[in-house]
Amino acid sequence: MEITTRDFLTVLHGMGFGALFMLAFSGALLELYRLSAPGPQAPITARDQTLFGVFLVGMAILAWLSVFSGAYVIYPWYRAVPPADLTDLSDYPRRLLLSSGKTSGWHNIGMEWKEHVAWLAPIAMTMVAYVTLKYGRSIIQHRNMRVAVLGFTVAAFVATGIAGAFGAFLNKYAPIRGGSVIILMQGEE
Amino acid sequence: MSTPQNPVGARQAADSIPNGPGAAAILAAGIGSAAVGIVSLAAEASEGVKNFLNFYNPTGPLSGKTTVAIIIWLAAWFVLSRLWGTKTVAMRQVNLAAFALLGLGLLLTFPPVWGLFIG
Repeated sequence: MEITTRDFLTVLHGMGFGALFMLAFSGALLELYRLSAPGPQAPITARDQTLFGVFLVGMAILAWLSVFSGAYVIYPWYRAVPPADLTDLSDYPRRLLLSSGKTSGWHNIGMEWKEHVAWLAPIAMTMVAYVTLKYGRSIIQHRNMRVAVLGFTVAAFVATGIAGAFGAFLNKYAPIRGGSVIILMQGEE
Repeated sequence: MSTPQNPVGARQAADSIPNGPGAAAILAAGIGSAAVGIVSLAAEASEGVKNFLNFYNPTGPLSGKTTVAIIIWLAAWFVLSRLWGTKTVAMRQVNLAAFALLGLGLLLTFPPVWGLFIG
């Protein structure tokens, strides 16, 4: 069983950072609602607030890691230009997709949308983490502020969903390949 | 289930924070989101802008688009924080502007929309 360095880093970008960030949304949305919901509820302690603040900061860090690793590690491999006389484009995902009308849309819409919209998520989540840490439970007194925090969290979720879904499809039709081989274990012959 | 530990003084201190710092962060996030979309559209519309934004060749113009958008976002946050840091502002208007800018950002990152402006 082996994996290449590019495979590994692509998985780290998509699953390690992106998918983990997506998974964290359910917890963030639930806790943001609990934090801001009016009426009787379980008391929120200072420790709860601190933990939630750390959780949101962690989400923001994951979002930044995801977009930076995507733009500066994975994307250069994706957009690499093949030699002029090369006919096998399997190591050049962008050119491979653009070589056929059946797949060009995956680049022209999918990749072009993904590479831009993804950046809205870390911007939004950095704001959400900051506001939540700054105001804590007192955000309940600022109705419009908690509407904004929830709204931007949902927008970050949507942006990440678009980027993640297209990332999965792109990696299916034109996977990032190459790099040195890492042998994970030897299988039986 | 843990028990309440909020020191009363800490809660009162948090309660007394004006909405200005939060409003600054929220509007700046909207401005940053719109900047991502506007810079992306500008790069598609102009070959000169696209070439200018090629800050790091392996990543291409995406490096410049996102760097510029991040700088605009952080600069807006800094300026708005300085302006609103100790103030209470009209949060509803701030929200309307922030969501409109966020919507603009989402819209302008969608490639088929570029065609409406570029032709």
